[in-house]
Amino acid sequence: MHYIHQIPAYVLLGLTRGSMYALIALGYTLVYGVLQLLNFAHSEVFMSGAFGSYIVVHAVVGDGKGTPSWAVPLVIVIGLLSGAVTGASVAWTLERVAYRTLRRRGAPKLAFLISAIGASFFLSQLAGKLFNRFRGNGFPKYFDQNRQVLRISTARVQVFEVVIILTAVIMMIFLDRLVAQTKLGRSIRAVAEDAPTAALMGIDIDRTISRTFVIGGALAGAAGFLFGTAFSFSNTVGFDQGTKAFAAAVLGGIGNIRGAMMGGLLLGLVEALVPPIPHIGIQWTDVVAFVVLVMVLIFRPTGLLGERLGRAA
Amino acid sequence: MNAGDPILVADKLTIRHGQLTAVHDVSLSVAGGELFAVVGANGAGKSTLLRTLAGLHKPTAGTITLAGEDITRLSPDRRVRRGISLVPEGRRLFLSMTVEENLLVGGANGRPGSWTADRVFELFPWMRSRYKEQTAHLSGGEQQVVAIGRALVANPRVLLLDEISLGLAPVVVKRIYETLPALLGTDMAVLVVEQDVAQAMRVAGRFQCLLEGRTTLEGKPSDYTAEQVEAAYFGFGSAVESWSG
Repeated sequence: MHYIHQIPAYVLLGLTRGSMYALIALGYTLVYGVLQLLNFAHSEVFMSGAFGSYIVVHAVVGDGKGTPSWAVPLVIVIGLLSGAVTGASVAWTLERVAYRTLRRRGAPKLAFLISAIGASFFLSQLAGKLFNRFRGNGFPKYFDQNRQVLRISTARVQVFEVVIILTAVIMMIFLDRLVAQTKLGRSIRAVAEDAPTAALMGIDIDRTISRTFVIGGALAGAAGFLFGTAFSFSNTVGFDQGTKAFAAAVLGGIGNIRGAMMGGLLLGLVEALVPPIPHIGIQWTDVVAFVVLVMVLIFRPTGLLGERLGRAA
Repeated sequence: MNAGDPILVADKLTIRHGQLTAVHDVSLSVAGGELFAVVGANGAGKSTLLRTLAGLHKPTAGTITLAGEDITRLSPDRRVRRGISLVPEGRRLFLSMTVEENLLVGGANGRPGSWTADRVFELFPWMRSRYKEQTAHLSGGEQQVVAIGRALVANPRVLLLDEISLGLAPVVVKRIYETLPALLGTDMAVLVVEQDVAQAMRVAGRFQCLLEGRTTLEGKPSDYTAEQVEAAYFGFGSAVESWSG
């Protein structure tokens, strides 16, 4: 059968998309862990990372023609770093402006949500005004993203897929170790579990929250670069990717780091594998994704791995 | 600074929770190397007082000084860095973490000093073999001991212990109290808040009794009879176990 024959290719597509969902989902889950806040503006952190890295990469390679192949990995690292720095800066500022001010005044949860939505619109519209002359453009073609590097059964693995999946896996392992083994990671887990007691143990809660936003922002910003490498984007790219990534975080268990990674990959795989089944059709992709989410939540209301930051599963 | 000089001084503290005034005009001072007990019945305001010393509540009036520095407005984490650690009521360990991680969190943000995980193990040898265990799997008494260890590794000048006997078997409480004098070796001050008066009086050098947020008695346990403390504790005579026998 044609569908069965194509499964390896769909899996590859699913892992590629899922890696990006997972990177963005981690930001939702980290912030939820320490603040029990749904940071709806996180989608715009991702979008900012895409534009920030676009501008830097464009400045480095121009239109990309004639970039020597030895320089390509370097440009990719520059792109990842500039995306991460942009994302981290936007997330840090967001926390300072939109959330910390409310926290100081003991505002109710609802006020944070409205502030988040407002910040999301603001960032998206601002990017539209500043950058939409880039609309429809992907990144400069400084390397042949679609060159096939290997073939696994029917799956033709292209360069950009290798870059995305590999980078995402490295960053996720790095984050997992950071949270499990470093002083900052323990502070984040302590604040997530019991903030007043964390303060009694000498942890500066505001600083820990700030750093949590920075980590989540860096991951999302780097994901923005990866997305831009593969697809074209505009100032509204955050909404679609962000909503899916948020769904992935909930799917895995919001607040749970490994849950966000798993939820992201799973959602990517479902989106890639289910719609092409004969008689379904890819126009049903979003419907399939959210039906799966709702089904999981009916049977496991706290998501697949449950709500718990840190030492998960 | 000489031993015997007050380290922590609370001067005329008044603490309100909304409309309710939990603590009225209470003063106390604790010296290095001293074990000081604040006793009182449920609702006397002793936990509120202790949490205010640690920075979890802001007093509406009065000042708190640590080694001469006014710390009344400092946040709890800044106080830890200056040398005040609270073992909170109900232990409040990070249950998703191991014993090791709890001690690492406690030690990471405190002061440098002689209290390390190894020194805690000398005091509580069982802990060494269960270092990698998640604290959720420990018994209540073991958790209480880890909570004390977690505060000790921050090397406090003043260790605040809030109701460490709560919810524990009497034999376990007795064993924990027996270790307290060992903490006083250097110049650390220990301030315990306790409902179990007899237990606290056995170990304390000085004490203060609170009733409805006011100080009703203070001094050395040997200065008063059980009946006098009873009267201060309840506001009228009743039966309190004697601590002198």
